[in-house]
Amino acid sequence: MTTMSDDSAAAPVEPPTPNDGRGHARLEVKDLRICLGESGPDVVSEVSFSVRAGQVLGLVGESGSGKTTVALALLGHARRGLVISNGSVLLDGADVLSLDRKHLEALRGAKVAYVPQDPSASLNPTLRIGSQLKEALQVHPEASEDVDERVAQVMAEAHIDASPAMLRRYPHQLSGGQQQRVAIAMAFSCRPSLIVLDEPTTGLDVTTQRHVLDTVRTLCRTYGVAAVYVSHDLAVVGGLVADVAVMYAGRVIELGTTAQVFGSPVHPYSRGLLAAVPSPDRAEMLTGIDGQPPRPGRRPPGCSFAPRCSFVIDACRSTTPEPVMAAGRAVRCLRASEIEEKEAARTAIVTHPVADASLRAPVLTLRDVLVRYGSAPVLSGINLDVMPESCLAVVGESGSGKTTLARCIVGLHQNWTGDMSFEGTRLAAGARRRPKELLQRVQYIFQNPYTSLNPRKTVGQIVSQPLEHFFDLSLAERSQKVQRVLEDVSLGADFFNRYPDQLSGGERQRVAIARALVVEPDLLVCDEVTSALDVSVQAIIVELLRRLQSEHHLAMIFITHNLALVRSIAQDAVVLCEGRLVESGTVDDVLEHPKEAYTMRLMEDVPKLARAGVAWEAAPQPAGAAALLA
Amino acid sequence: MATLTPTVPSPSSTPATKLRRHQWLSIIGQAIRTPRGAIGLTLSTLIVLLAAIGPSVAPYNPDYFVGAPFAKPSGQFLLGTDYLGRDVLSRTLDGGWELLVMALAATVFGLLVGASAGISAAYLRGRSDGLIMRTVDVILAFPQLVFALLLVSILGPKLWLIVLAVGFSHAPAVARVLRSATLDVSERDFVKAVELQGMRSSTVMRKEILPNLISPIMVEAGLRLTYSIVIMAGLSYLTFGPPPPLANWGTDIGLNQLGLAPAANLWSVVVPATLIALLTIGTNTFTDAIARVAIGVDRKPEEAVLIDNIGLQTA
Repeated sequence: MTTMSDDSAAAPVEPPTPNDGRGHARLEVKDLRICLGESGPDVVSEVSFSVRAGQVLGLVGESGSGKTTVALALLGHARRGLVISNGSVLLDGADVLSLDRKHLEALRGAKVAYVPQDPSASLNPTLRIGSQLKEALQVHPEASEDVDERVAQVMAEAHIDASPAMLRRYPHQLSGGQQQRVAIAMAFSCRPSLIVLDEPTTGLDVTTQRHVLDTVRTLCRTYGVAAVYVSHDLAVVGGLVADVAVMYAGRVIELGTTAQVFGSPVHPYSRGLLAAVPSPDRAEMLTGIDGQPPRPGRRPPGCSFAPRCSFVIDACRSTTPEPVMAAGRAVRCLRASEIEEKEAARTAIVTHPVADASLRAPVLTLRDVLVRYGSAPVLSGINLDVMPESCLAVVGESGSGKTTLARCIVGLHQNWTGDMSFEGTRLAAGARRRPKELLQRVQYIFQNPYTSLNPRKTVGQIVSQPLEHFFDLSLAERSQKVQRVLEDVSLGADFFNRYPDQLSGGERQRVAIARALVVEPDLLVCDEVTSALDVSVQAIIVELLRRLQSEHHLAMIFITHNLALVRSIAQDAVVLCEGRLVESGTVDDVLEHPKEAYTMRLMEDVPKLARAGVAWEAAPQPAGAAALLA
Repeated sequence: MATLTPTVPSPSSTPATKLRRHQWLSIIGQAIRTPRGAIGLTLSTLIVLLAAIGPSVAPYNPDYFVGAPFAKPSGQFLLGTDYLGRDVLSRTLDGGWELLVMALAATVFGLLVGASAGISAAYLRGRSDGLIMRTVDVILAFPQLVFALLLVSILGPKLWLIVLAVGFSHAPAVARVLRSATLDVSERDFVKAVELQGMRSSTVMRKEILPNLISPIMVEAGLRLTYSIVIMAGLSYLTFGPPPPLANWGTDIGLNQLGLAPAANLWSVVVPATLIALLTIGTNTFTDAIARVAIGVDRKPEEAVLIDNIGLQTA
């Protein structure tokens, strides 16, 4: 990945006028409540927090927690069907929610800026980035005296090369990281008071991600901008923000400094969430949180987390907890003061069964594999071995070719040369040219469980379909096998007649795993199987795969961009960089004693919870906590 | 080891989950509940009933000359008589069912041919795609009515031929729509998953892809039915339909044109023309309602948000 701006030496940004805005709350959100329709159930309620100038508040939560809904409300916007029914959003003392349409338009872009999740979707593909950067400044002429000069300035600040050639490019001519930088430059161009960043680094690889995060942090400090950073990725947030608000089922359930919340979480949900985050430093057992968050309108009385909580007592099911102060931060939990005392149980070290590799032949060997798209080579000189009953992790950034490699192995991508053999049998290119028996023995699990299950079929039909195809079994035998494999992936028999749209992402991925396992394969190829899932679900899926791998004596290829996950699941690892295998060995060797500069950089750039708060002066009391308590 | 007991979510009743086994039934059900759908369905049902029951309640034999040509409406002939002195009411009651049956048959035939062509083109890609779609382009170059006329005038006005000709002239449009819908579906991972089992292409198309095309197929069916009715009536008007003396709304409009003169009986033209118009308006309105339900324009905002929340959007 060669993004011309990403590695260019950071041009020193001149700090402009000293800002004395630091210290007072720029943004104050009070008792925000957002409902489905005028009289519908609430999606978000009792949300209060504040952000000081120059500070970044992390708004953390899993999908469906209401974090994006809150973020949009800060701009005075509610998605179709949602109504902001209560509360205030005070920006420098003025209530954003009471503004009429005209004033809101004047506010957006100028005083409040928004950086959306996917820059490739939010930049207009038909306009040159130069004109898009100027757009906001032209709409808000009061924001700058010289538009061109300001554009050049913000581009330098966002570390984009401000040459005329760059300004003439279209969004598709930029890399993902550059696109996101352009979006950030746009957001900062009018020198707003508040920036709302909605998961701006989700689609980026770790190195680009870190550059973008550093840029955001520096800019916020320099200009005294208050920022709200919405993310599901705890590790990213940990390295960036000073304060963290954890959201669950539409409420802020814990609000404190990053060091407090990530160092010693109090709320059982925060604890669960952190236990689910894999560590790149140690092989750890990941603990997920069972169940799924309740949807709006289906939230139980009392504490919304009670059904999934391991600390639950009877009172939790009837009393809605009010925020209380515990260990210096605000927590919405009835038992906060008791739990505060308890050490967070941080996970046992996993010992992988050591297979005596020297005695056994590899299940799958690749020699000098060269893969092309059309005539352009995308992977070359790939050599690797997968040992029986062990897991090989294939690590790489986006665009490194790791998914392409997996697709060649299973037979979805046909344009390759070289030698690929499975237990001594040469593999033909393309699944249709391989014998049925081989297809049954190598199974593939797709990245996205939302597209890998046919929405018109029940779970039972989906799982029994490969059995029908590969084996000649009676109906009774089939349904027995399906039932057994569903139990294996911890889905009860009542899932048999459900349709995929009735399942959560984690449940869908379990169905996909069941579909692969039901035919009793020898090699399982898992292509980024957790990247579409929340971290608490990811932990459950990874643990599930590890258990199934040892129970079924499977060989496994686990493809991931998440170096931290590798520790928890694999014994061997290979690192891919721009279509080449740059490093291979046991996981410990590769992660602890990387030989290649690339691997080292990759390791350094992995966002770690341990970095939390490093760059921030320790605040004795989180700024926002008082707001929540009030 | 993480505890892995799944919590059982209560069976949800969001609209998204209603779209399942009998998706087409559920789409029709929802369409009927919209004002548009209710009006459209009522209108077309009334005309269909009239055409179905008509022949058995007609006061006269539609082929008999029972009065003077172009007699004005009277107690004896409620809608007067046509150019040959046959009872207009009786001919109207009798002349609809044939048109309807033929239109329906042509629609089914057109959908079958068009859908098979479109789905195969999109799924097989490559040479098959080129061959099928270029053929489609050639047929599309002829206006639909002209194409049907061409076939009928070469081979003669046989009923089965009219049905095939009209149906075949629908195929290109259907093929195009279903090709693009299939292109989207066939790129999804669940299709790749069965390809990895080495499943035959025809089975993949039938079992995995087709069930996901119900919405576009339903919309096409409604649209093509409307066109079939218009084209069938048009062909009859141009005397390429079922030969006289058989009663037929289209034929009768053509043959009674003289009746529009002030001294004659204009009802002999206006009545069948109105019925055809009402029928097509009815089917078209209902199809529109179906399209809105299937594609989601008329979904209530609350429902849209709920669907977003459970992550139905595909990445």
